[in-house]
Amino acid sequence: MSVELIGLALLMGLVTYPSRALPLLAPGIERLPPLALEYLRLVGPSVLAALAAVGVMVVTDDAGRPFFHVGIEWAAVVVCGALTASRRNLFVGLVGGVALVAVARGLGLVGFPV
Amino acid sequence: MTDGARALADSRRELAVGALGIGVSAAGFGFVYGLAARDAGFSPIEAMAMSTFVFAGAAQFAAVGYIASGLAWPGVILLTALLNARHLLYSAALAPWLRDTSRPRRALMAHLLTDEAFALSIAHFERRGEADERGYWIAAIGSTFIPWNLATLAGATIGGQIPDPTRFGLDVVFPAAMVGLAVGLVTGRRELVAALSGAILGVVSSLIAGPGVGVIVGGMGGPLLGLLVPRAPGEEARALGTPGSAERYAMSGAHFVDGEGQALERPVLPPDSEEGLP
Repeated sequence: MSVELIGLALLMGLVTYPSRALPLLAPGIERLPPLALEYLRLVGPSVLAALAAVGVMVVTDDAGRPFFHVGIEWAAVVVCGALTASRRNLFVGLVGGVALVAVARGLGLVGFPV
Repeated sequence: MTDGARALADSRRELAVGALGIGVSAAGFGFVYGLAARDAGFSPIEAMAMSTFVFAGAAQFAAVGYIASGLAWPGVILLTALLNARHLLYSAALAPWLRDTSRPRRALMAHLLTDEAFALSIAHFERRGEADERGYWIAAIGSTFIPWNLATLAGATIGGQIPDPTRFGLDVVFPAAMVGLAVGLVTGRRELVAALSGAILGVVSSLIAGPGVGVIVGGMGGPLLGLLVPRAPGEEARALGTPGSAERYAMSGAHFVDGEGQALERPVLPPDSEEGLP
């Protein structure tokens, strides 16, 4: 069983901890410049959207070359985003997106990922 | 039982009811995380290490994508730090309430601070008009830490028994979760521009230099473009360190309840004046 990523988990925990602890342990230290705070606030939607877009639009071939991909996965993320926004519930959105892909593949309307 | 003791018991009961609902949801989401991690090649113990040491849903889901796209560890760590910076606001909002708690306990409390723990405990403190350390532990451990970790283990273990995850559409769990979380963070024009430009930059740079580079370029470049957008009228950021400042960071995966355990879109927070803080 692989354990290599345990080290990464520890490091990720180490860089997360200061954000959680510094204001509790040293009140006042969180007062960063407003522009820096605004940037950090925008990192969340940006990095999550980048991950989603790259995840469904970019695939790599056997040689590791990236290429643009169009597929049912696009519809799944749109459905998930729409359901999450309308129901304010991420889990419902996930179920909707996954169900769409499962049904489409089960009916043979779309192919399976290579 | 004195009136004070009865009020405390009532408030903790409300907290426990809210924690139970959140715990069920956290378990479901944790199970999906375990499945996604397993699908990305994480062993069960690696998926569990993430849930124990990082203990932050969005960052853990993102890490699954980073690893799957071949991003090097320094990039993963940098993006994790940026993505989890929102906890700064939660911590700052709780600090005035917990200033009489011993420093070692605050240090331990900090590791368990999540969207859900913040929302439950700040509502409990508000009802009480004072901090309740046991209430915080109920919120942090009972509602999230235990169900999240147990569900991660179940997902990462059972995920290995599913012969063909793509047949059930499980290969889209990760990108769908990312979009769902991003949608919850888009509360204005700046966030929308940051998200869209992050996605476009990420895809274009991935096609040029590979997915690992693309995620970093998109994730860090999107906010720069977002900052160029004028803030909408009345959309002034609340001062950091006040409870209201944390409201803007509430994630869609978080679940908030009012004093009667009813679901809310956002946590109940006092105004910026810090009125009501101890």
